[in-house]
Amino acid sequence: MDELRDLYQATILDHNRKPRNFRVLEGADLHADGHNPLCGDQLTVYLELEGERVKDVAFQGTGCAISVASASLMTDFVQGKSLDEVESKFEDFHEMVTSEPDSPVQTPDIGKLAVFSGVREFPMRVKCATLAWHTLRAALQQDGSTAKTE
Amino acid sequence: MSGRAELDVAAIRKDFPILEREIRGKPLVYLDSAASAQKPRAVLEAIQNFYANAYANIHRGVYQLSAEATALYESGRDRVQGFIGAADRREIVFVRNATEAINLVARTFGETQFKSGDEILITALEHHANIVPWQMLGGRRGTKLKVVPVDDRGELDLQAYEALLGERTKLVALTHVSNAIGTILPLKKMIALAKAKGIPVLVDGAQAAPHTRVDVQDLGCDFYAFSGHKLFGPSGIGVLYGRLPLLQAMPPFLGGGDMIETVSFEKTTYAEPPNRFEAGTPDIAGVVGLEAAIDYVEGVGIDAIEAWEQSLLAKADAALTEIDGLRIIGRARDKAAVLSFVLEGIHAHDVGTALDQAGVAVRVGHHCAQPLMTRFGVPATVRASFSLYNTPAEIDVLVAALRETRELFG
Ligand SMILES: Cc1ncc(COP(=O)(O)O)c(C=O)c1O
Repeated sequence: MDELRDLYQATILDHNRKPRNFRVLEGADLHADGHNPLCGDQLTVYLELEGERVKDVAFQGTGCAISVASASLMTDFVQGKSLDEVESKFEDFHEMVTSEPDSPVQTPDIGKLAVFSGVREFPMRVKCATLAWHTLRAALQQDGSTAKTE
Repeated sequence: MSGRAELDVAAIRKDFPILEREIRGKPLVYLDSAASAQKPRAVLEAIQNFYANAYANIHRGVYQLSAEATALYESGRDRVQGFIGAADRREIVFVRNATEAINLVARTFGETQFKSGDEILITALEHHANIVPWQMLGGRRGTKLKVVPVDDRGELDLQAYEALLGERTKLVALTHVSNAIGTILPLKKMIALAKAKGIPVLVDGAQAAPHTRVDVQDLGCDFYAFSGHKLFGPSGIGVLYGRLPLLQAMPPFLGGGDMIETVSFEKTTYAEPPNRFEAGTPDIAGVVGLEAAIDYVEGVGIDAIEAWEQSLLAKADAALTEIDGLRIIGRARDKAAVLSFVLEGIHAHDVGTALDQAGVAVRVGHHCAQPLMTRFGVPATVRASFSLYNTPAEIDVLVAALRETRELFG
């Protein structure tokens, strides 16, 4: 069960049980729906901007522990960050969860999001970890499309 | 059921090389045969032997090797005919899988027989393979889809079925066994009701053929579809059974070689069934493998397989019911060895990952039956399905892994 505990670290289990920023953001400037057809995960991410910065962010939806915890931790993490920073952190995060299982673990400067490093051992679950981020990006592009993990 | 048949599971397990595999350091516990079954050595060897010793294209060469390959392919047809009790070998059409078989009927029979406002009656238990082709047909022809509901146990509402069989019903398309929750339909009775009104019936037999005796004449259906890969055969080969007069009246599905009588640039005349529906070079080795798979199943005995699986189902049902917070979805009284369940507060995908860690392979998700999941108010379930090579000890592994999963997610 060791790899399993690496995947489902206490922080992830905690955020799954008690997701943060889990609400509809009244007066959001932007929002987008995300859907992972494989798991049936379904999220909506809401954003309020102030210039090129995230003023507030929230989400709602249902999904597996990885996707819910990822959305919860992401919303905590991007709070107050500039849009450029959000984009570059997504890239770091993405690289971490998709790196080769045997390569040395890169822990980029992504704070608590590092708890998702175990995901790379479970390629089937990468989409769960990245759904919230894809949805956030779709909201920023505000093209009204549904973010898909495919 | 003969009921006296015995099954030597230890000997059977030795026939399946993959069961020696370890997954994440644990012996593989394969509980996903409803998605696809593992292959016995006899099937692997038949395919290998065919390619090594008798391979050529069929129906084309005058040379001996092609004649041998053709004979093997056509003897596969005879074997399938006997296996499902068809009256005529020409009623067996080889396709890729059950999905293609159903699409073939929608594209040929449906396209020529149905008009706007006609109804196709399906059930709430259907796999997407027996929903989407009819919706696509509706888009082209204006036909409507009607759905027979299920009750909370997952049994079909037969009164509603009778009421829905109406003037406008032009086809009944039913699954034999639900892949998602295991319900076995009272097919014979349902088919008789439809036939009494002159309505043709298509049966999606993908989940039935590996586990129960199928006799298409006794059932009285007009079409019966199944896939080789769930029957311990290779992937890429499937069967459409169609009653001969219906097949003879149907236009071709795909056009090309092997399905014609004569071709000129002005006019082509089509071959008789089954060749009319088998355009191009078919999955010749697939048919050889399927024949070996049927030999294997009949060697073990389909009644013995069914009895063994039912004993596993009973044990698993009792053991899983004991687990706190576990809810079994679908409790039909007549049920195949499929157990769908949810663990309260834990998403099915997390359960699937945790079980995989214990070497247990189960299917998680909507099982290509989203409308049925909606009916039961769950986005996804965990599904354990049992086959002839599964053992009571494997159920113990499943149960222990589920208890650990509950602990982890607390
Ligand atoms: C009831 C049922 N129908 C149809 C299918 C489709 O089978 P295939 O994917 O082999 O075409 C399946 C397979 O999952 C099934 O369980």
